[in-house]
Amino acid sequence: MQTEVVESSANQQSNAVELKGSVFTLPILQIRSTSIARIEEELSERLNTALKFFENASVVIDLEKISSSEEELDFRELMRLLSKNALIPVGVRNGSNQQNALAISAGLAILKGGVLQDIATSDTPVNQKQTKDDSESDPAIVGSTSPTKIIKSPVRSGQQIYAMGGDLIVLAPVNPGAEIIADGSIHVYAPMRGRALAGVRGDENTRIFCQNMEAELVSIAGNFRVFEETVPVEIRSKTVQIFLEGEQLMISPLK
Amino acid sequence: MARVIVVTSGKGGVGKTTSSASFATGLALRGNKTVVIDFDVGLRNLDLIMGCERRVVYDFVNVLNNESTLKQALIKDKRCDNLYILPASQTRDKEALTQEGVERILNELKEDFDYIVCDSPAGIEKGALMALYFADEAIVVTNPEVSSVRDSDRILGILAAKSKRAIDGAEPIKEHLVITRYMPKRVEMGEMLSVDDVKELLSIPLLGVIPESESVLSASNAGVPVIHDKNSLSGQAYSDVVSRFMGEDTPMRFLNVEKTGLLKRIFGT
Repeated sequence: MQTEVVESSANQQSNAVELKGSVFTLPILQIRSTSIARIEEELSERLNTALKFFENASVVIDLEKISSSEEELDFRELMRLLSKNALIPVGVRNGSNQQNALAISAGLAILKGGVLQDIATSDTPVNQKQTKDDSESDPAIVGSTSPTKIIKSPVRSGQQIYAMGGDLIVLAPVNPGAEIIADGSIHVYAPMRGRALAGVRGDENTRIFCQNMEAELVSIAGNFRVFEETVPVEIRSKTVQIFLEGEQLMISPLK
Repeated sequence: MARVIVVTSGKGGVGKTTSSASFATGLALRGNKTVVIDFDVGLRNLDLIMGCERRVVYDFVNVLNNESTLKQALIKDKRCDNLYILPASQTRDKEALTQEGVERILNELKEDFDYIVCDSPAGIEKGALMALYFADEAIVVTNPEVSSVRDSDRILGILAAKSKRAIDGAEPIKEHLVITRYMPKRVEMGEMLSVDDVKELLSIPLLGVIPESESVLSASNAGVPVIHDKNSLSGQAYSDVVSRFMGEDTPMRFLNVEKTGLLKRIFGT
């Protein structure tokens, strides 16, 4: 049995609710037409090729391309279409005032900010993208629904790496201010000084493994812990694993 | 083939321009034909540190806009035959820098020069991005304190993502670390990050450590790059940086507290 070393700071059995902040990476569905029929046709085509990546995924609807369109988008119809395709819309962004009003009345949130990226993220160095290509040519991984992303160069302040649909393995330091995110588990075989978020789409069985634990924040399936000053001395610079036991975030040294 | 070297840091006031001036001078003193370009359009400091501010007639932006030729804008250094300065404009802002324009000027310079040193402005905005975009090598100037190291880390991320070499998928920019304003005494007392701390965090090769010295300020005020001051520890450290850059095996100096003699310890200075 694992010995519990650090308990999650948020154990709130006396309170029925508590508001917490967290960061999620959500796929964005960019809408380029107001015709529900056209959206339906293309969407099912896209989702067929994306395997089960997006099954029951929360998505943000981006309205940038149609925000100046004269025609009205039927949000209720769109939401019906998305849920038919096992997508869970959570909000819209980049809409016109009128579109935002319609979205709210259809039960969607208005989201601000966020830079549109093609899945791989903002400052991802090019050689890391090549790493991804390499892994795709690996016959063991081709066709798998959970490709592992391997990063070999340092993840620096301001960079964000997201392993979509799978695990993330980092073989170089993750520096303060950097963020590594995975739908699956995260392994860092170098000093881990930034933020690590595993299971961002809600998988509570994911774990984080750090060879040298100095993280600013760790999170599993939205249960996070911030190390405001430094990591407690029992686990600082140690090799640890981080996992969920019920609602509780456990951090324990690996022998 | 000419090499384009950007001197950058993210954070301001860490010694980019001082380092650019001394590094370019050092390259030229070794017989390399060198030009140093001030990318800090709108502020213009390099010409002051190089002591040629009164000779600025045309500048970088004039050449970009075809208002003058490159030859008219280049200022020949008065101490060093192989060194030229391309000053920044004080009357424009950084929006005047265009990728096409900068590329055209760099290509023209590459025909005549061995080394093109780009003195980057602080920040991660357009001026800094233009300065690093075409670089073959980068000298990252860092002070031994947390915020400077954090900003250098950020700029290293940008070098690896937004430079031309990164976008083209070419061989990555060669990165060098120069730690400036280093005070071994304060490191020993635990008030300052050590060279090893900085190296560990940034994980790029160390090119040199420049000790904090009053001679840097007086050299800047006099408009003489500190590398010319053979008595200054900082000047010597910059000479070491240049020789290491040229591939010579020069041991690191100025990392430890100077031994003070017994009499000095008793009577003070």
